[in-house]
Amino acid sequence: MKLKFASMALGAVMAAAPAMADLVFPSLSYRTGPYAAGGIPFADGYADYFTLLNERDGGIGGVPARLLECETGYNTQKGVECYESTKGEGALVYQPLSTGITYQLIPKATADDIPIHSMGYGRTSAANGEVFSHVFNYPGNYWNGASGAINYLLEANGGDLSGKKIALVYHNSAYGKEPIRTLEELQKKHGYELSLLPVDHPGQEQKSQWLQIRREKPDFVLMWGWGVMNQVAVQEAANIRFPMENFIGIWWSGAEHDVLPAGDKANGYKALTFHNVGRDFPIFDDIQKYVVDTGKAAGAGDQIGNVLYNRGMYAAMLAAEAAKTAQEIHGTGEITASQMRDGMEALQIDEAKMAALGMPNFGPAFDVSCQNHGGPGLVGVTQWDAANKTWSLISDFAATDGEVIGALVAEDSAAYAAENNIEAGCK
Amino acid sequence: MPESLLYGTEVVLNGLMAGVLYALVALGFVLIYKASGIFNYAQGVMALFSAATLVGIMKGQVPFAHLINAALGTEIHHFGWHVPAVLAILLTMGVMVLLAWAVQKFVFRHLVNQEPIILFMATIGLAYFLEGFGDLMWGSDIKTLDVGLPQGGSFWIEENTQWLGMGNENFYGFFLDQLDLVATVIAAILVVALVLFSQYTKQGRAMRAVADDHQAALSVGISLNFIWVMVWSVAGFVALVAGIMWGAKSGVQFSLSLIALKALPVLMLGGFTSIPGAIVGGLIIGVGEKLFEFTVGPLVGGATENWFAYVLALVFLVFRPQGLFGEKIIERV
Repeated sequence: MKLKFASMALGAVMAAAPAMADLVFPSLSYRTGPYAAGGIPFADGYADYFTLLNERDGGIGGVPARLLECETGYNTQKGVECYESTKGEGALVYQPLSTGITYQLIPKATADDIPIHSMGYGRTSAANGEVFSHVFNYPGNYWNGASGAINYLLEANGGDLSGKKIALVYHNSAYGKEPIRTLEELQKKHGYELSLLPVDHPGQEQKSQWLQIRREKPDFVLMWGWGVMNQVAVQEAANIRFPMENFIGIWWSGAEHDVLPAGDKANGYKALTFHNVGRDFPIFDDIQKYVVDTGKAAGAGDQIGNVLYNRGMYAAMLAAEAAKTAQEIHGTGEITASQMRDGMEALQIDEAKMAALGMPNFGPAFDVSCQNHGGPGLVGVTQWDAANKTWSLISDFAATDGEVIGALVAEDSAAYAAENNIEAGCK
Repeated sequence: MPESLLYGTEVVLNGLMAGVLYALVALGFVLIYKASGIFNYAQGVMALFSAATLVGIMKGQVPFAHLINAALGTEIHHFGWHVPAVLAILLTMGVMVLLAWAVQKFVFRHLVNQEPIILFMATIGLAYFLEGFGDLMWGSDIKTLDVGLPQGGSFWIEENTQWLGMGNENFYGFFLDQLDLVATVIAAILVVALVLFSQYTKQGRAMRAVADDHQAALSVGISLNFIWVMVWSVAGFVALVAGIMWGAKSGVQFSLSLIALKALPVLMLGGFTSIPGAIVGGLIIGVGEKLFEFTVGPLVGGATENWFAYVLALVFLVFRPQGLFGEKIIERV
């Protein structure tokens, strides 16, 4: 009897142990709920890239990649549950895909020695790798976004924004408030007038904010929106006949579904980005051939080339390249989460590598280091063509104000380190 | 006119328009509560479901396409035709009647004489079911809804009110969204039609009889099943109208179901049992929240509308717990 129990216990332990024969990439996706329209293309892009690597290359460094999808509904509590339920599977890196979930996972994942990649969202000061050892937010963060928008406007206005009025329409949440401090600091430097217009969740009703914009007549409107807030804002801007070319959204306010409901009136609306848009890249031919045509696509295969599909695929590519780097550093195919962290910290992305991957000029070249988990913070601008229903990159990936952002990152990360008794330094 | 007065007037006008949109959502709640005592948590989801069905029918989308394709290995997504808006609205109404029948047959028929809280819980279940069912049927992407309603500020109103600024270059004339104006007209027609229906038709009077006393209505031969299916159908139609108006602004997407949150303070204020109450409540909430945001918002950092609507409703509740037009509840011991 004792032997029987011992065998059962051993069996249970073996069943619970992480399967080490593959590289596990959890995907905390949201295919349901109010933000599903944004979550689905990202999750499809993320999944399809790993499927492509498995089908075309036999995995990463010869080891198959396994996607572990868990539905969060963009709900922080569910996101944490997803983390807890998947980390034992040998998870290599988490993309929380929500600023709220990222904040909750930072201490947990750090304690569990599992890296987090919050690409273009999350805690901005996590760019300081000496404090946030397990959090990476390359290639850009919200403060880069704010500075990128101002730099773009500076360039468009002969380098002078003094006396100009800029309004920020933002989701009244931690996410939406992220750019405020940066914009206020840049206001001191460039002399523009900043007005702040919060919109409460979900953002279905924004009449007051846009009437205020109509009264105050700002020269430019910036938007930090998400979900239905984006579609309503673009529609309301069109309703008051605000010039769309002077309306710039953050990268989470610049997908196809954000502008399509407003029809032709959305023409000329701009959005920031840290990666390229469109379908004109060789990688998509491979995805079509190896993933979609073989019936292995995560979705219906109809999202390829969409802004958020591209972003999900880009995130997967960066994860895969970090895994390759980790394999090279540690001389093993079957890396652990801790080794993955090392790979992320040593990640180097250059144009030659991007071109070889079938993604020429898809994103900026950058190196990650212990000190800098945020990458170069290069920001580009895209513009919507309503007639052709396409986004186009209309600027280069340009540098942002490192002086202002660096000081803010140092200040915020130092405060976090003090609150959490973290001794800053490299691992 | 002083600038602030002009802008204040513009805010009031837009508040009235927003109030009409809130009232459209609140009407659906009132209809069902009045006839069956059920607080229908699923009303917002019904607006989403009906609008998604309308878009699906208009665009010739195959319902449950992903499910069918996954099961049969096919790649069918569209029938290849486009249905005119009016016909699509009629067909959607048919779907909402079917839904009303199904809700009655499979849910509430089995819960007759249960406590109100049980019925409320059942509507929560219904809301979750409809959310998932709608996604499965039509997909969860954002759908563009175009039934030919005008959108954007009215040039005519702007041009003809510009003189009020008396030469003030900063005043462009009043801004009023054409969609909101259309919504106001439709809401007015809807309310008049509902009042006439409940006062002057046999079915309307039967509905009121059921609302007054189920058992007495049964004893004189009124079919509860029929009345409830009818009421849920009418509520489905109101949900469709609300879905079209809100969906035209933002596209048809999950967030449409959250418009129910806007109706709650309206119901608290106007009363759960009064159709005029829903309208007046909507207007008071619309104007109140917009004026508060205009006057006090800038002093407290803005974004006051969501919470102020509830505060306003709570203040009214202190003085009239049954709401402005609600029936006074008298419990005899």
